[in-house]
This record gives sequence, structure tokens and C-alpha cells, in this order.
Amino acid sequence: MDIFVQQVMSGLATGGIYASLALALVMIYQATDVVNFAQGEMAMFATYLAWSMLNAGMPYWGAFLATLAVAFVGGVVIQRVIIRPVENKPILTIVIVTLGLLVIFNSVAGWVWTYLQKPFPSPFPREPFRLGTVVFGAHDLGEIAVTLVMLVLLFLFFRFTPLGLAMRAAAQNPVSSRLAGIRVGWMLALGWGLAATFGAVAGLMVAPILTLDPNMMGGIQIYAFAAATLGGFTSPVGAVVGGFLVGIVENLVGTYVSFIGTELKLTVALAMIIVVLLVKPSGLFGRAHVRRV
Amino acid sequence: MGAILEVEKLEAFYGRTQALHGVSFAMEEGGITTVLGANGAGKTTTLRAISAMVRTRGSIRFASEPIQGKSTEDIVAMGIAHVPEGRGTFVDLTVEENLRIGMYARREKRHAGRDMERVLELFPILRQRRRQHAGTLSGGEQQMLAVARALMLGPRLLLLDEPSLGLAPLVVREIFRILRLINEESRVSILLVEQNASLALDLADHVFLLETGRVVLAGTSDVLRRDDSIRRSYLGY
Amino acid sequence: MSRRASVVLAIVVIVAAVGLPAFTSGFRLFQFTQVCIYAIALMGLNLLTGYNGQFSLGHGAFYAVGAYASAIMMDRWAVPYGWTIPAAGLVCLVVGFLFGRPALRLEGLYLALATFSLALAVPQILKYFEHWTGGSQGLVLSKPKAPWGLPLSEDAWLYYVTLFVTIIMFVIAANLVRSRVGRALMAIRDNHIAAETMGVNNALFKSVTFGVSAAYTGVAGALSAVAIAYVAPDSFNVFLSVTLLIGVVIGGLGSIWGNVLGALFIQFVPNWAQDISKAAPWAIFGIFLIGFMYVMPYGIAGALRLLWIRAVRPRVTGQGGEAVSPQVPSPSR
Repeated sequence: MDIFVQQVMSGLATGGIYASLALALVMIYQATDVVNFAQGEMAMFATYLAWSMLNAGMPYWGAFLATLAVAFVGGVVIQRVIIRPVENKPILTIVIVTLGLLVIFNSVAGWVWTYLQKPFPSPFPREPFRLGTVVFGAHDLGEIAVTLVMLVLLFLFFRFTPLGLAMRAAAQNPVSSRLAGIRVGWMLALGWGLAATFGAVAGLMVAPILTLDPNMMGGIQIYAFAAATLGGFTSPVGAVVGGFLVGIVENLVGTYVSFIGTELKLTVALAMIIVVLLVKPSGLFGRAHVRRV
Repeated sequence: MGAILEVEKLEAFYGRTQALHGVSFAMEEGGITTVLGANGAGKTTTLRAISAMVRTRGSIRFASEPIQGKSTEDIVAMGIAHVPEGRGTFVDLTVEENLRIGMYARREKRHAGRDMERVLELFPILRQRRRQHAGTLSGGEQQMLAVARALMLGPRLLLLDEPSLGLAPLVVREIFRILRLINEESRVSILLVEQNASLALDLADHVFLLETGRVVLAGTSDVLRRDDSIRRSYLGY
Repeated sequence: MSRRASVVLAIVVIVAAVGLPAFTSGFRLFQFTQVCIYAIALMGLNLLTGYNGQFSLGHGAFYAVGAYASAIMMDRWAVPYGWTIPAAGLVCLVVGFLFGRPALRLEGLYLALATFSLALAVPQILKYFEHWTGGSQGLVLSKPKAPWGLPLSEDAWLYYVTLFVTIIMFVIAANLVRSRVGRALMAIRDNHIAAETMGVNNALFKSVTFGVSAAYTGVAGALSAVAIAYVAPDSFNVFLSVTLLIGVVIGGLGSIWGNVLGALFIQFVPNWAQDISKAAPWAIFGIFLIGFMYVMPYGIAGALRLLWIRAVRPRVTGQGGEAVSPQVPSPSR
């Protein structure tokens, strides 16, 4: 039983990482119908920037906040400068642009910081936490805490601030939003900024576990896809719930099903995607798309 | 009281197609003007041109300030609220959130609370359904919400595109009654596009009639209502 | 482009292609063989995504199935390579159709996700069925030699075989696309509800298109197995599927010539990128991708078509100009 609880907690921790990246993907998809294939690489790049800051002697939480800020600005700039020229073009055209970004970020990261794996510090203590007979990793708990704090802040922002409301409106109904005086283009840019921020959080939380290298986020991005599919690509809440669920399932399957070694773990994510698509493509919280004829 | 809206030789284009061919008219501040005409005459296009939702040529002045060439968002901030055809409700947001969006671009934030109260008084059903998702409201209620949302801007000019569309006559009458009330209370000028000519003529003091992108008739609604031949040939009743 | 102009252009290109081995040989010639192979693969993907509007981010899977089908036939049953190519095509036709049926319920993003997952799973599945596929080490095959003592190098013979298959496949595709069937496919892409009401059996057309599309890409895979004389699971990873998608969008969706242009792009541009920057070649490639999409959002074929229309239009009186390059509609905009 103890093992079960431990694995669930561990699953929640990695689930938080998937949830953050999935949320980033869904935020952009909801507003623009575009899946940002470069989300993971952008997150990886932000994490490398953090590494450089830490290497230069900055204290952890300072670098953490600075990285989030840089990621935010980067996301805004990318939307305004790189995505805007193809905003109204066919979807696959925009997809190719995001693939181009993916490749650029990956390549530049390898060029600047080399492909050698770099250890990345965790801000949380090494000693595990004991609650009765159950042992929890401090990093795991810390991760869950950080993820939850970020999510609560985001929720408060969207729910209670005028800007958050404007962003939600712009994502849902751009035409009416313009008529309400909302600059929809800038709302999209802010969406990209927030998405990049959450991506960076995912990167910063996973780097201590996986060690930092340019291909670090590849597998995570696939899990994020699974999370978004499970929760529903049209629902930010779904993305988060999906992320935590995928994390838990991944951990439990890895623990209890013997022939699933690390090689086949990815298959679990893929299997989840296929099953959801066969049963209810719009996911747990998504709404089936009803089109007017 | 000067002219709130002056439109001169307005041309409007959808891509290469020209929809308005030199429309000219003016509105006095505090007045209610209705634009009538058959489907495709260019009524909606006229409103869209004022809100810079379509490409235009010609001159549009709002309270003596030229606005052609400005962006929609800037025009809204200047005090022109546009309720589009189909109402444009944010269906996934609550009624209250819809109203809050209305005041996003509002210049005078101080009196927003007072305006919110007034709007809920005018449309009590909205107060009742405050926390409901706007998509669950009936057509008439959504129309009221759309007008309320527009009023939250604190506008000087209200553009309304076919508010009676798809609504039961009683509901329409109620909405028009409230529009008159708002106009009398806060001197909001109203430019109303309508297919329901008789109702529109009751509300408005000035009329102009569009036919394939041109103004063919303009005058006070009194005169038009009384002139039998004009009424019969242009308005069909 | 008018039928006649297209045919003339085709003849010119074919003559040039046939004469190519006189000017190049060895690796360079092999690269052109690969271009032909990619062109067929892209034609397959284009049929599905460009003409029929079904997004596939996983066509590498069909490429792999074709390659392995051919390889296994040659390796285990000593089937002559010539026969393995149509056989691989047939296998992929069935596999594609079987995939297409359940995929009917999926659209846009969801179909993309499903095919993407398929592509991701391929290398692992291939490694899993070691007994047939040779596992991670793959299968080593022998390169075919020119028959009947023809004075052609191995590379040249492979090139001609591939060119021959390419021409046939393209002629079939061109006729298909211009026929009633082609129009039905495009009708489904542009407005599937209207198409259904006009009597087009969406379900049948869409799944058969999946099958045909898979068959084309499978034939390409089979040819690549023959040409490279080696198949291994890691060559068929998700990167291949992404490359095919890039090729088809850059070349031009809904265009026959686009596939040739796209094939040239995916074969040669990565090499140019490497020439430009040894340190971060993929960054250069990424810049190329973005640049191309800015300048030619409808692909090279789309851009050429627009230029053609502008050049031709002044002289056209009273007749509608040729339709602009068809766009793949976005799912829910």
C-alpha cells in the first residue's frame, strides 16, 4: 500500500510537469487552432538560460523568476514577430513554421551549450520526507507545490483580472472582442507568453531529474500531447487534469506491469492517445466540435 | 448640439467587391436614425464601415474627429459601441463577464459601477441570470445582454444591427422601449439598422433608405410615415 | 496549368531525367534516385492531405511498412526485387484502408494526433517483432545489378528502375486527380457535408484514399529498401514522417508537380544547410522552412501558380482564371 501511495505521489510530481507543458499547448491551441510543436524546445531553451544564470552565480529562485520573465517575453516576441506573418495562412503552413522553430531552438541550444549532458540543481532538499511509513521525495513534493502555485496564480489571473477576462474573450470570439475594444493580436501574444512561461516551469522542474541536454523535452512533449488529448485540447482544466492522470498512470504501469520497461514506457503514452481518440476524441473535458452547416 | 456622425461619400469594399457607392448622411447628437433597405442593400456594411471592420474610402467624422483609417479598437475607445448582427455574445462567458468585457475599453472607469447598476435595472432578467453562461440565454435575453454590454462602454454612439432579428414581437417592443428610454436618459445617439420598418420608424426620428449601396431616400421618420406613396413603394406597407 | 502545357513540361523533364546518368554518377546519382523515391512518397501524402484534406503526421509508418515488406520478401523468400515493389504497394493499400476506416471519425487535430502516435510507435514495433524484422540490427539486402548484361552501373540501373516506377505512379495519380474521383476527393476536402449531400460516399472515398495514399508511400518505401539495400527500425522514426509533411507543404498541397519540388527540397536543402553552417545546420534548415512559408505559404507550386495566373490573366477575357492553389482548410476556423 505504501508503494502505491508513493508511486501516486511520484506520478503527481511528473504529472505536474506534463500538466504544465500540456497547459501551454492547450492555451495556444484554444486561441488559434495551432499546435505549437516548438513548445518543448522553447522550454528546453529557457532552462538552458537558467543554467547559464545559475552558472554565473545567481541564487536559484532569482534565476527561476528571471527565467520565467525571459520566457514570457520570448513567447510574446515569437508570436508577434514570427507567427504573425502567417497567422491567416493555412494551418499546415503555420505548423511548418512551428516545426522550423523547433529545429532552430534545438540546434542553437546544442551549438551554444553543446550536447553534453549537464546536471541541473534542484532547489529542494535532498532528504526525503517521512509521513508515517510512507517516504516522499522532497523534490517530488516541491514540484507539485510549484506547479500548484503557478496554476492557482494563472486561475486567479484569468478569473479575476480584466486582462485575463479579455484574453479569454479574445480566444473565444475575436470579432466581438475587437468590437469591445480588445486588441486581439496582443491577447494572442500574451497567450504565447504565458504558454512559454509554463513551458519554462516544466523544463526547470524536469531538468534536475533528466539532466539537461537539448533533447530533454522530446519525450515530455509526447506525454504532454497525451495529457492534452486525454483532458481535451479545448480545455485548459482538462490539460492539467490530464497531465496529472498521465503522470500517475505512467508511474503505476511502470511499477506494476512487469514487461513495460523504460523502452516501452513511451508506448503507454501513445496507447493512451489512441484509446482516447477511439473512444472520445474531444477528451474528458473537451467539447465535441459542432459545426454549423 | 452638433453632429455626432458625419459620413461623406463613403465607399466600402469586401475584397474587390464594392458594397457601398458613395453614401452620405449625418446624425445629430442625441438623435435616433434608422437605416432601412432590402437584404444586401448595404445596411450592415454601413455599420461595419463606421467600425472599420471593412475597407473604406471616403470620410467619416465622429464628433467632428475623422475616424476613417483608425483601427476598430481605437474607434471603440472613442465611444462607439457596435452591437453586430447575431448579437456577438460571448457564449462561454457568464452574463456578468459579458458585461465586464463591455467596460474593458471604457474611458471613464469611475462611473462603471453606477452604469452596471442602471443596466441591471433596465434589464432585470440579466440580474437574475448574472452567473449563468450567456449561451444558455434565450434569443431575446441575449439581445438584451448585447445592448447592455454595449452600454457598459459608456458610448456616445450606439450602432445596432438588426436587433429584432429572430425575436418575438413582444420582446422586440420591449427592447425598443428601453432603447428610447436610454436615448432620453443619457442622450446616447443611436444608429439602427433594421428590416422591420414599422417598428424602426416608430423609434427613430430620422430615416434613410439604402438600395444597392446608395442612399435613395432620406428624411424624418414622420414625413416618411405619412407619405403614402413613398411608404408603399419603398417600404411595402 | 493547361493539360497541354503540363504534358510538354513532363516530357521535357522526363527526357532530362533519362539523360541524367550521363552527367552524374555515384553518390550524386543516388541522391537523385532518392529524390524520385521521395516524390512518390510525397505524392501519396499529397493525395490524402492535399487533395482529400485528411491530415497525416505519420506517413513514415507506411513508408516503413513498404520498405520492410519488400525487404522481408527479398530476404526470406528470395522474391526478385521487381515483384516486391507492387507487392509492397498492395500490402500498404490494405493496411492504409484498414487504418482509414476507424480514422473516419477523426478530423483535423485528432487525426493528426493519431497518425503522429502511429509514427512514433513504428520503430518500437519494428524492434519488437525481431523474428521477422531482424530487430534493431535490421536486414541487410543485396543491391540489384543491371540485368541482361546492360552496361549500367548499379547506381544507374537503380536510378532507371526508380525513374520508371515514378513516371508510372505519377501518370496514374495525374489521371486520378483530374477524373471524377479526383473531384470527389476535393469536394470532400472543401465541404464534406455538401459533398455527401451530392451523393459522394464520404466513408468509402476517404478510406480508399487512405489506402491509395499508403500504397504510394509504401511503394516509395519498397524502392528505398531496394536502393539502399538495408532496412533498420531507426531510419523510420518520427523524423521521417515530419520530413514528408515538410516536403508536401513546401512543394505545394494539391499539386502534382509540387511533389517533385518538395522532394528536391527535402533531399538537398539539408545538405545546403550543412554547407552554410557546420555548427548548427538544422538551425539554418529551420530558417529556410520559416522563410519559405513566409514567401510561399501555399508551397512552391502554389507560388508558381499565382505567378502563372498573373502572367496569363491580362490576356484572358471573359473566362474564369484558373483556380488558385487549393488550401487545406483548417479544422475549426
